[in-house]
Amino acid sequence: MERENRAATPPCPQGQPLVAIHDLVKTYFVGRPNELEILHGIDLTVWPGEFVAIVGESGSGKSTIMNIIGALDRPTRGSYLLDGVDIERASDRQLSAIRNRKIGFVFQTFNLIGRTSAQKNVELPLLYAGVPARRRAARARELLEMVGMGDRAKHQPNELSGGQKQRVAIARAMACDPPLLLADEPTGALDTQTSRTVMDLFHKLHRERGKTIILITHNPALAEECERILTLQDGRIVSQRKGAGYHGLA
Amino acid sequence: MGLLDNIRLAFASLWAGKLRALLTMLGIIIGIGSVIAILTVGDSLTGTINDSMQGLGVSNITVSLTEKSDEEDADSSGGVSVRIFGPSQPADEDLMTDEMISDYRALFGDQVSAVSLSASLGSGTAELDTTSLNVSATGVNLDYQTANNINITNGRFLNQRDLDGEKKVCVVPDTFAEALLGEGVDPIGSSFDLTVGAKVLRCYIVGVYEQEENGTVSLLGSQTSYPIYLPLSTVKTLTGAADGYESFTVVGSDLENNSQFLQQTEDFFASYYTRNPSWTVSASSLESMVSTVTEMISTVQLAIAAIAAISLLVGGIGVMNIMLVSITERTREIGTRKALGAPGWAIRLQFITESVVICLVGGVIGILLGLALGSWGSNLLGYAARPSLLAIAVSVGFSMLIGIFFGYYPASKAAKLDPIDALRYE
Ligand SMILES: Nc1ncnc2c1ncn2[C@@H]1O[C@H](COP(=O)(O)OP(=O)(O)OP(=O)(O)O)[C@@H](O)[C@H]1O
Ligand SMILES: [Mg+2]
Repeated sequence: MERENRAATPPCPQGQPLVAIHDLVKTYFVGRPNELEILHGIDLTVWPGEFVAIVGESGSGKSTIMNIIGALDRPTRGSYLLDGVDIERASDRQLSAIRNRKIGFVFQTFNLIGRTSAQKNVELPLLYAGVPARRRAARARELLEMVGMGDRAKHQPNELSGGQKQRVAIARAMACDPPLLLADEPTGALDTQTSRTVMDLFHKLHRERGKTIILITHNPALAEECERILTLQDGRIVSQRKGAGYHGLA
Repeated sequence: MGLLDNIRLAFASLWAGKLRALLTMLGIIIGIGSVIAILTVGDSLTGTINDSMQGLGVSNITVSLTEKSDEEDADSSGGVSVRIFGPSQPADEDLMTDEMISDYRALFGDQVSAVSLSASLGSGTAELDTTSLNVSATGVNLDYQTANNINITNGRFLNQRDLDGEKKVCVVPDTFAEALLGEGVDPIGSSFDLTVGAKVLRCYIVGVYEQEENGTVSLLGSQTSYPIYLPLSTVKTLTGAADGYESFTVVGSDLENNSQFLQQTEDFFASYYTRNPSWTVSASSLESMVSTVTEMISTVQLAIAAIAAISLLVGGIGVMNIMLVSITERTREIGTRKALGAPGWAIRLQFITESVVICLVGGVIGILLGLALGSWGSNLLGYAARPSLLAIAVSVGFSMLIGIFFGYYPASKAAKLDPIDALRYE
C-alpha cells in the first residue's frame, strides 16, 4: 500500500513538502484499559500548491488526521513535518504561532465569534499575530471584499446566512496569508447552491493565490474537482487517485 | 493582542449580559460601597472633631482623683450600691496635697509650664448700690491664668501678695464691669459686695479680663452668671475647706510629647495612692480624650471594613463563578481562538481582563454609591462630608486585585483548554 501511495504522489517534488507525515498513529484512551487506535500508520505527503480532498465514511478518522495536520492535536506516534518544522518537538507556544501563520482553518459549523462583527472576526488571527489596528482593519476589509462580503463588514454572525458566514470564515482563514488551508466539511451545512459558491472560492484561492488546500467532504462531486483524492477507511489511506478536474473558473 | 482590544471585548461581553453582570457585581458594589460610605462618615466625624479641637486648652492635663474600680475583695453589694447612689466623696486625707504638687514641680522642673489650682466658692450675687448681678466665684492660683488663657485687658491678674495675704480682691469679666459700673467707668479699684450663701465680703476689682463670646458663660435660666476669680487662699479660708485638691490642671511645656508627659504625671500622682484602698489619680486631657474617641471611631470603621471585606470575598467568589460559567459557555469560542493561533497567555489575559473589568465597574458603582450614602449620612449627622481620596484609590486598586485574584483561576482554566476538546464541545 505504501508503494501505491508513493506512486500517486504528483510528480512535482521541487523544494520540500508542506505536509510530510510518516507512519502516524493516533490512539485515544477512553476509560483506563480501552485504548482505541483511530489512525494506523498513515503516510501522507502534500506538496505546496496542491488541492487535496479527503473522503471516507463517517468515523474513518478524517477529522482526526485533519486536526493533526492543523497542529491542533498531536500524533501518538510517527513523525510529522509541517513546512519542515517538526511538530512533535514544537512547544505549545510554537504550535500557536504555527496555527496562526501557516494554517487557515475553515470549519463545518463556521465557528465565527458571536457578538463580534464580520470584520472583527477576520481581524482575529491578525490580532494574535500582533498586527497594528489600522493594518488589521485594512487587511480585513480587503479580504471581505475578495470573498464578496465587503458590504457586510459590520454585520454580526447572527445577521448572516450560512453561506455568508462561511465566506467570512474563509476570509478569516486567509487573514495571515497562510500557505495551507484546511477545510473540514466546509459545505456540510450548506445547500447545493451555496456549496457551489464556497467551492468556487476555494478554487479561486488555489489558482489565484497558490494556496495549498486540504478539504474533507462527503460530496463525491466536489471531491472530484480536486487534484488528488485520498480515501480513508478505518484509519488507513486505502486509495489515492487524481480528481476529474475543475472547469468552473477560466 | 492589545490590552485595549481585550478591554473593548470585555465591555462588549459585559454589555451582552447586563443583568447577569450587575447581579455578579452586587457583592463588590455592596462591599466597596459600604467601605466608602463608612469611611466618609467616619472621616467627616473625626475631621470635624479635630477641627473643633484646634482651639486652646486641649493639651491641658486634668489630674483628678478617681475611685478605684477593681475592688475584688470589697463587698460586692456595697460596691453596687455606691454605683447606684452616685459617686462617693473622697475623705479629706484622700485629697492631693500642696506637698505632692511641689514635689511634682521639683521632679519635673521645666517640663511643667503651669499647675493651675482652683476651689469653687459657689454661685452668688454681686451688689453695688441698686445693681445686683449673678456671679460664680472661684478661688484660683497664679498659674490658673496660663492654663485658662485669661486675657487681662485692664489692671492685672492676681499676684503672689494677694495669695499670701488672703486679700479680698478679684478679677472680673469686662462684661461684668460694664454691667456693674456702667460704660466708660474705670473699674480698677472699685468694690462690690459679694454674697455667697451666708457669707458676705467686700471685694476689690484689680483686673478685668476679656470674656469670650461663646466661652464659658454659664446660663442660669435666662440670667447670665459672670465667672469671677479670687485668690485661692482667700476662698479656702472662707469655705474652711480641707487643705487639698480633688483635681487640678497641669500645662506641660513640651506639647509635642504631651501624651507621654500626661502618662508620667499620672504615674507620679498615682504612686501616692498605691496603698489607698478606694482612690487613685488619673490624668487626662481633651486631646487624649479626643484621640480615644478617634481611636474608637477607627475601631468601628475597621470592624465594618472587616464585614465589608467578607462581602467583597463573597463578591469575588461570585465573579469567579460567573467567569467559570462564561468560560464553559464560550468553550467553542476559546477553541476557535486557539485554532486561529491564540497563545495560552492571550486567552488568559482576555478572561482576566474581563473579570477585572467586571470588578472595576462594580467598584466604581460601589464608590459612587458609597460616596452618595456617606455624604447623606454625614449631612444627617450635621457634618460636612469628607470623601477620602485614599479610600477611593484603594477601592479602585482593591477591586482590580479582586478581579485578578478571582479571575486568574477561570482564565487559566480557559488558557489550558485543549483546542480539540474545546472545538468539539457541545
Ligand atoms: N476524543 C475522542 N475520544 C475517543 N474517540 C474519539 C475521539 N475523537 C474521535 N474519536 C473517534 O475517532 C474516530 C474517528 O473520528 P473522526 O472525527 O476523525 O471521524 P470523521 O472521519 O471525521 O467522521 P465524520 O465524517 O462523521 O466527521 C471515531 O470513531 C470517533 O469515535
Ligand atoms: Mg469529521
